[in-house]
Amino acid sequence: MALKIAVLAKQVIDPEMPMAAFRIDGDAKRVVPPANIPPVVNGFDENAVEAALRIKDAQEATVTVISTGAEFALDVMKKPLSMGADELVLLQDDAFSNTIDSFLTAQLLAAAVRKLDGFDLIICGRQASDWDNAQVPLGVAEILGLSCVSLGKKVEVSDGKARVERIVPDGYEVVEATLPALVTVSNELGQPRYPTLRGIMAATRKRPTVWSKNDLALDDAQSEARITLRQLFIPISDQECEIIEGEDPADSGRLLALKLREAKII
Amino acid sequence: MADATGVLVIGQTSDGALDSTAAELLAAGRAIAAALDEELSIGLLGDTLDVPAQQAIAHGADRVYAVNHPLLAEYQPDVYLAALDALCRDANPRVVLISRTPEGRELAPRLAFRLGVGLAQDCLEVSLDESARTLLANRPVYGGNAVAVVSCERTPQIAAIRPKAYEPAQPDPSRQGQIISFPVELDASQARTRVVERVQEESEGVKLEEARVVVSGGRGLGGPEPFAGLENLARLLGGAVGASRAAVDSGWVPSSYQVGLTGKAITPDLYITVAISGASQHMAGCSGAKCIVAINKDADANIFKDARYGVVGDWEKVIPALTEAVRELVDT
Ligand SMILES: Cc1cc2nc3c(=O)[nH]c(=O)nc-3n(C[C@H](O)[C@H](O)[C@H](O)COP(=O)(O)OP(=O)(O)OC[C@H]3O[C@@H](n4cnc5c(N)ncnc54)[C@H](O)[C@@H]3O)c2cc1C
Ligand SMILES: Nc1ncnc2c1ncn2[C@@H]1O[C@H](COP(=O)(O)O)[C@@H](O)[C@H]1O
Repeated sequence: MALKIAVLAKQVIDPEMPMAAFRIDGDAKRVVPPANIPPVVNGFDENAVEAALRIKDAQEATVTVISTGAEFALDVMKKPLSMGADELVLLQDDAFSNTIDSFLTAQLLAAAVRKLDGFDLIICGRQASDWDNAQVPLGVAEILGLSCVSLGKKVEVSDGKARVERIVPDGYEVVEATLPALVTVSNELGQPRYPTLRGIMAATRKRPTVWSKNDLALDDAQSEARITLRQLFIPISDQECEIIEGEDPADSGRLLALKLREAKII
Repeated sequence: MADATGVLVIGQTSDGALDSTAAELLAAGRAIAAALDEELSIGLLGDTLDVPAQQAIAHGADRVYAVNHPLLAEYQPDVYLAALDALCRDANPRVVLISRTPEGRELAPRLAFRLGVGLAQDCLEVSLDESARTLLANRPVYGGNAVAVVSCERTPQIAAIRPKAYEPAQPDPSRQGQIISFPVELDASQARTRVVERVQEESEGVKLEEARVVVSGGRGLGGPEPFAGLENLARLLGGAVGASRAAVDSGWVPSSYQVGLTGKAITPDLYITVAISGASQHMAGCSGAKCIVAINKDADANIFKDARYGVVGDWEKVIPALTEAVRELVDT
């Protein structure tokens, strides 16, 4: 039987945009999406797609990408399809706009997983580069009662187990988890593959499944926010930088050493 | 059920002693408990807890829940969670504080979901809105480009606090406190994951997280070889070498070198960055450094906004001269 894999992927504002383009609306407590810089699939979620496709390269498997949000740039969200994923499921509703609250997001994604009759393996990014919560996947695993391994850099499946190389501060550990399991991955997994021309053509033809709030049987208690955003601001640095200028760069290097000694830092 | 009360810190132990992160949490928790005028307790998990329990009291805990069980001798997330879940339900605290250590990163979100409450993730500071007895948590978001103040809507209010965000309080061995042994029923079959192998990749010498001096290299170094030069400089200063994600992603150094949002958070006295542009995600890992020095050939690089001292120039010229001068200075 083909292994059933889901990838949870989020659309985010491009985190690599120039810092000068980063603006917030403090009153509305939100980040203003920069004009002319399109959103992207969260980088770690592209790593998650890559992890799923590597498994699919090695054995029979299907890869379903699931995302929730208030609105989507369809061409952006189709990128995983053009990389080789089979299906795209979008949970789209105006009610899904509060994404700092991981509780609701995880409930929605778990409900969609149930509606799709479950998966052997769910792969997620380690964190979404908007709120940097690193929380939704662990919530999904809790809600669905799945084995859970975070921070993978290599994911393999055999004999009803996921085998994950998991990053720890001084190296990595190899962890075995019984299926069904949820794994989060980090950029150490390696470059996500580029979409091929054939992949892009195939993705153009595919239509996503779109579900709204009514399609997901959530009760009110599951939809209530657990976190309130009170304030959002851009921190200001009052650091003054003293530029050390010598006659040439080597001289500056020497003067820097003297400066640090004078300041009793070295 | 009685009303939730008090602050519960989840404390880690290492090598049979209270971990420094637990002492940091007790310092943060002490202030919240004082503002609430309620008790500060700590939950300790393990199989030999006498020493860390006494240390926790010296560091400010009024009460210690010693969760003793042979299955807690080594960290396993599923088993630890079962114990924490039972403890939180029984102790019924108003506020729970966990350190965002590698273990805390897994435990805090899962515990919050298990209890059906929210979690303020990766906080640098927590305070109390006294009128509402609500925890206010400051946390960096958007890769460190912005700061959010969040509060939790349910009880217990849980916050995961970044290691080293708080200074541990000075221990007072004469402090008195209560030690309660908290029994838990655990079963080895609760563990759904198993570590089958551990591979160490860290460089020898001073650990990056503990180093008082760190020298980090970025993409502008152009390859792995120049890191040898940074090692030299770091060694002279008794420090460690770090890197930006760009250098790690290029395969020049192992990922254990990475400083930043998704790498290590470091708080050295001196942080020397070499050919690093200073992206917010990098700075998120070194904002606690006392003095940042930037060496970059681009005068407009963002790193100079956060640096105390800067040299605008080519590292190939600056680093050998700096290293030579440091060698002379440390010898005298
Ligand atoms: C979700 C997310 C998480 C991230 N997490 C991290 C993280 O944890 N840590 C991290 O570091 N990054 C992280 N990043 C990446 C971050 O955004 C930057 O891309 C990265 O830090 C850039 O690395 P760099 O400064 O080495 O490279 P660049 O930005 O390319 O900068 C290279 C610098 O070298 C200088 N230079 C070039 N040649 C020379 C020379 N000869 N002499 C002197 N200077 C020279 C250039 O002027 C330039 O400023 C993350 C990104 C995302 C989206
Ligand atoms: N709205 C979403 N839709 C789909 N997946 C999500 C969403 N939010 C979070 N995730 C998944 O959870 C990971 C961690 O996100 P977070 O907990 O928000 O930092 C992401 O990398 C995704 O894999």
